[in-house]
Amino acid sequence: MEYIIIIISAILVNNIVLAQFLGVCPFLGVSNKINTSFGMAGAVTFVMVLATIVTYLIYNYILVKLGIAFMQTISYILVIATLVQMVEIILKKISQPLYQALGIFLPLITTNCAVLGVTLLVIKKSYNLLEGVVYSAATAIGFGLALVILAGIREQLDLLNVPEGMKGAPISLVTAGILALAFMGFSGIVR
Amino acid sequence: MSLVKQFTKGFFRENPILVLLIGMCPTLATTTSAINGLGMGIATTFVLTCSNVVISLLAKYIPDKVRIPSFIVVIASFVTIVDLVMQASVPDLYETLGIFIPLIVVNCIVLARAEAFASKNKLLPSFLDGLGMGLGFTMALGILGTIREILGSGSVFGFKFIKGDGILVFILAPGAFIALGYLIAFINKIRKA
Repeated sequence: MEYIIIIISAILVNNIVLAQFLGVCPFLGVSNKINTSFGMAGAVTFVMVLATIVTYLIYNYILVKLGIAFMQTISYILVIATLVQMVEIILKKISQPLYQALGIFLPLITTNCAVLGVTLLVIKKSYNLLEGVVYSAATAIGFGLALVILAGIREQLDLLNVPEGMKGAPISLVTAGILALAFMGFSGIVR
Repeated sequence: MSLVKQFTKGFFRENPILVLLIGMCPTLATTTSAINGLGMGIATTFVLTCSNVVISLLAKYIPDKVRIPSFIVVIASFVTIVDLVMQASVPDLYETLGIFIPLIVVNCIVLARAEAFASKNKLLPSFLDGLGMGLGFTMALGILGTIREILGSGSVFGFKFIKGDGILVFILAPGAFIALGYLIAFINKIRKA
């Protein structure tokens, strides 16, 4: 039951993009086409779950043990950067099709604040390892959901006559705002 | 380009948020009021200026291949300093901004200026570039924060001028997206005219 609450809360109620504003850059950047947004969502899920496991272990078994918890930010960003690089190399070796599919999205994930954000939140909410993994996977699904929905809307938006000044980012932002308004309807499901 | 221009280009012509559209996450998240927006802006300005200065000094000694990780370490160090200082001196603001203080590390503006400007320029231009860009960022956050605070809670810098609540949605998440969307549309209109 506890896990179901974490999952529903992370996907719908506290959606990482629409309610917590993490990962807005890729959210606006790669939401042109539904296909590419699926690719991005897959890559983010992969890295986010891995990063959560590794940073959790590092925080609890190295940083806290040595009493250097203030090194959190520095060590996390290095771990994430290394992890992304490693995932890229491994994928290239073992699964060429997947590597091709994720392509340019992989290196971009290092600077996706959603990944660093989730690893920090897992520590802040003092989850245990399993809860952390469930939370990060659900968050990544929430990110993917928001991304795919916005991509769907933007594909339709291309066919419309948007006022000159609103073209590009402004109309996407307003669309995202209305989407966030819709997601607010879920608040109250969980506490 | 003259030094004055290096300094002022971040204000309007190359404003990181309103024109270049980078660093959106903290912009949307921390502008629930003018004070919060400005606080976030100042913290980012400090990191941006310091990292630009240090990177412009170190750029010669850093091998090209490990350039980006080295820059990130420099940036992360300054972010840790800001994090600890704010925790000690302005605990209320620190609590409100929360996770977005450590997330300055992955703010695209900071790394973008390090890579595109500080690594190729001398100390003084890099310093002015960082300060100017940071102030442009702070300005945009201040404007957005003020707009959202006026509409959302009917107050300016915490001084209320209406009775009761404002249009609550502007304080909440959807209002951030909508307000920023219209602000950028407005700036686009001015630039084109």
